[in-house]
Amino acid sequence: MADLVATFAVRRGEFGVDVDFRCPPGITCVMGRSGSGKSTLLSVLAGLAVPDRGTIKLGDEVWLDRGRGICIPVHHRRLAYVFQGLALFPHMSALHNVTYGMRETPRAERASKAQALLDRVGVGHLAKRRPRTFSGGEAQRVALARALACSPKLVLLDEPFSALDRELRTQLVGLVRELAPELGVPVVHVTHSIAEARLLADRVIQLDAGKVIAEGKPDDVLDFSALE
Amino acid sequence: MNWSPLFLSLQVATIAMVFALVIGTGLALLLVWKKLPLPDLVAALISTPLVLPPTVLGYYLLTIMAPHSLIGRAFHWLTGGDIIFTFKAAVIAATVGSIPLVVGAVKVGLDAIEPNLLAAARTLGASPARVLATVTLPLAAPGIIAGAMLAFARALGDYGMTQMVASSRFDGFGIHNESPASIFVIDELVALREDSARNMAIATTLLGIVLLVLANRLTRRLQRG
Repeated sequence: MADLVATFAVRRGEFGVDVDFRCPPGITCVMGRSGSGKSTLLSVLAGLAVPDRGTIKLGDEVWLDRGRGICIPVHHRRLAYVFQGLALFPHMSALHNVTYGMRETPRAERASKAQALLDRVGVGHLAKRRPRTFSGGEAQRVALARALACSPKLVLLDEPFSALDRELRTQLVGLVRELAPELGVPVVHVTHSIAEARLLADRVIQLDAGKVIAEGKPDDVLDFSALE
Repeated sequence: MNWSPLFLSLQVATIAMVFALVIGTGLALLLVWKKLPLPDLVAALISTPLVLPPTVLGYYLLTIMAPHSLIGRAFHWLTGGDIIFTFKAAVIAATVGSIPLVVGAVKVGLDAIEPNLLAAARTLGASPARVLATVTLPLAAPGIIAGAMLAFARALGDYGMTQMVASSRFDGFGIHNESPASIFVIDELVALREDSARNMAIATTLLGIVLLVLANRLTRRLQRG
């Protein structure tokens, strides 16, 4: 059960992110307006972008320390990233999408484990089909199964439910809420939706203009009165 | 009818297509690499064979591969033979002419790949080589097939460069003492054997059309997934 501890700064022209935060195991919702730095924050945590300075640690593992010249490549960080557009591989079946990240699982067990994961998220019947035939909700479920399949040490979710209708979103939020404790790792969930954060978050980080302006339990950080 | 020029052209075009595909795909990957220094200059250099007259390119190849040149001497030292006025020279000429076409087609295929798909593969633990083999190249397949088709067509129809570096007209000991179809047609016309030239022209045209139809069907099938 390792905490994610990150302190970093990145500047690209006018735009900059300068943050210092901790995410314990459980779901941390990162909130903020468009352009507040939410996606940049995820990219840096994933290793897809390198900050100008800073450190990222997951328990005892140092993923990034610019001062000491340490930057663990993306493919060695063992994380799960569900992109906003999901990024399911269009040329692979759902099953192949899920097995793709199973480096730690013996080859002979991958297909059965992937099938079990697809069954778990309710789309086992899609195993042999390719993503272009999936509905929005089905694609989300396959993307979640793919993310969980690699036994991640950190899960990053970039507004994965933003394009779904309310009913489907509620179903999937429930699914993530159910799966997160089983994983026992930090789950960083970027969202615009206060309602989603209320249902999901153990902790909330609020960003504005690239800086953390509030951090803590949802009731302490967010104003839910608008939802009443 | 003497079919050997057509078979020779097919051999040259097939081998040149494979070389052009490998080199051209590598160069296209280089061009989409975000850290490439002076990308505009590199792109212009790769495209140069498209704007130079074939005879000028042929002249450069002739100079580079001549028996007394550095490459010519190194090749002779390694194999005991020459490059120029051989089958190898015809393949090299056809390859050089085809590479920019492959680069252009493959780059279109690479540019069409959603960047998040490559990022997703990396976050799932794939090394750069695995991302290339399992995501980048399969998704760029329509562009690669189109590049192969263009390379084959260009190689099949090459005249200028092949004439300069591999034609038997130069000294009579060319490619197996034969010429590829593109040169054969003009040789036959010059020799006033118009029937032979016409038959070869028609055969080459039909072959080109059949191959283009097959390549188009393959591309469509890949795009449908």
